Amino acid sequence: MKLDREVVTHISKLARVELTDAEIETFSEQLTEIIGHFDALNAVNTDGVEPTAQALTLRNVMAADTSRPSLPRDQVLALAPSTDDGYLRVRAVLE
Amino acid sequence: MPELHELSITEATGLLSGREISSRELTQAIIERIAAVEPRVRAYLALTTERALAQADAADARIAAGERGPLLGVPVAIKDVLCTEGVATTCGSKMLQNFVPPYDATVVSRLFGAGAVMVGKTNMDEFAMGSSTENSAYHPTHNPWDLMRVPGGSSGGSAAAVAAGEAIFALGSDTGGSIRQPAALCGVVGMKPTYGRVSRYGLVAFASSLDQVGPFTRTVRDTATVLNAICGHDACDSTSAPLDVPDFTADLDKGVKGLRIGVPKEYMPASLDAGVRARVDEALAALEAQGALIDRDVALPSTEAALAVYYIIAPSEASANLARYDGVKYGFSYQQGEGMWDNMEKTRGRGFGSEVKRRIMIGTYALSSGYYDAYYLKAQKVRTVIRREFDAAFVKYDALVAPVTPTTAFKIGEKTADPFEMYLNDVFTLPVNIAGLPGLSVPAGFVDGLPVGLQVVGKPFDEATVLRVAHAYEQSAGWSSSRPPL
Repeated sequence: MKLDREVVTHISKLARVELTDAEIETFSEQLTEIIGHFDALNAVNTDGVEPTAQALTLRNVMAADTSRPSLPRDQVLALAPSTDDGYLRVRAVLE
Repeated sequence: MPELHELSITEATGLLSGREISSRELTQAIIERIAAVEPRVRAYLALTTERALAQADAADARIAAGERGPLLGVPVAIKDVLCTEGVATTCGSKMLQNFVPPYDATVVSRLFGAGAVMVGKTNMDEFAMGSSTENSAYHPTHNPWDLMRVPGGSSGGSAAAVAAGEAIFALGSDTGGSIRQPAALCGVVGMKPTYGRVSRYGLVAFASSLDQVGPFTRTVRDTATVLNAICGHDACDSTSAPLDVPDFTADLDKGVKGLRIGVPKEYMPASLDAGVRARVDEALAALEAQGALIDRDVALPSTEAALAVYYIIAPSEASANLARYDGVKYGFSYQQGEGMWDNMEKTRGRGFGSEVKRRIMIGTYALSSGYYDAYYLKAQKVRTVIRREFDAAFVKYDALVAPVTPTTAFKIGEKTADPFEMYLNDVFTLPVNIAGLPGLSVPAGFVDGLPVGLQVVGKPFDEATVLRVAHAYEQSAGWSSSRPPL
């Protein structure tokens, strides 16, 4: 299946990644080729096979419900480009 | 005696324990070696020289106080995908150029606790996505055996640093072969432990169901020594296995007599490089001569679908994991846009390199409405089939042996134009991540002066047998004393 410019642009919106015109062109070709190779999956019969999300047999690992110190807030907020009174600051979500 | 920068961990701690050298002398020797060869190799993104000398002095004080330890005072290089408190951790990306983590990864704090000395952070493909280290946002790394060629990737800096004598050992991470493939291409030992064996806390996430941290060393015994230090349960990583960790050096010398070793025929296809095939055949003959029972006709029929499984699952997980780089919490942030969403799209469009964007796009597509069942869910089901085929093989065999890569190191720039061609490098390593198994690359000689790696794969949590097979081969082959002509 061909991933044309329209599909690539739609996916880039979903992924919140701005692409240049040249990138859209290149990705359209490259992603079409790469995804074409995914047809190899159809050679494997998976009728009645459960999906594997991870290879360990661990299930529902619970942590004890006890408090422990976290990283210092000011140290973590110091990494952010914009903060305000102990909060991360962003531009208005709804404008 | 080899020069100080050429020592194995075992040799170094022998000299340190006997007070024949100090950690400061050893660290200084590494720093001098780096000064001599780094302009040609470029294995490091950052050097932490002052801190290293302070850590070396602290190690010397512990040794003077009577303490002895298998890593005490030994210089290590850390892949820049592992968080180091107070030391920039870029992940090879412009996105994290100024990111200075407020904490150490669990593996890093375990090494520091054991007295290892960090000399620097090593180069890598951006966010560990790549097989050549050419996707680093900063600079390529050069293979110490041929400076025109790639060291492999994504942990190419760590592999090159150990091969070039710029560290005694190193840590890397392996999601689809990112430790084993560069280890093979640079002629050092590299191991990906079983998924869950090593904590991922503080490892910058790429594909969380596949990522695992592991060592690069000059000998198999050294790999066992590093595993002893970094393995074990960690409450900070809920996927870390709550299992006891054996002494991985204990069974190294037991030999391979009577061990059943399988060679999957799908890993020796007609297209395999003739030189690589010859080295693998010689290694099999060496193991057979030591009494291993070799079966060259093992079938893992779904191997051909593994590449597709990997390139759906890994980008899907990556597209979710990398959603955190939004320009709000940390890292690169574009602030001059028209609004919050525009800022976010420009932050990600400008902060990520091509391969990272490509994989985010693949993953987003595979997870998007209408394609989830055909791609992601189908890939997860084939993942189950691949695991079962390995499970069935391990009923009959104690270990599997195969090449690590289809070819030796390729030239810088040779495969950058065609992403799929680059992906084919990992065709023999990524099934091992899909199944979560332990896998190791041990040097198996050369083709035209370039190293070849032999891959040994074991049952889940049976690193001990993998190490035993690799050690037996290494002892008979003697490649571990080979050094690049730098």
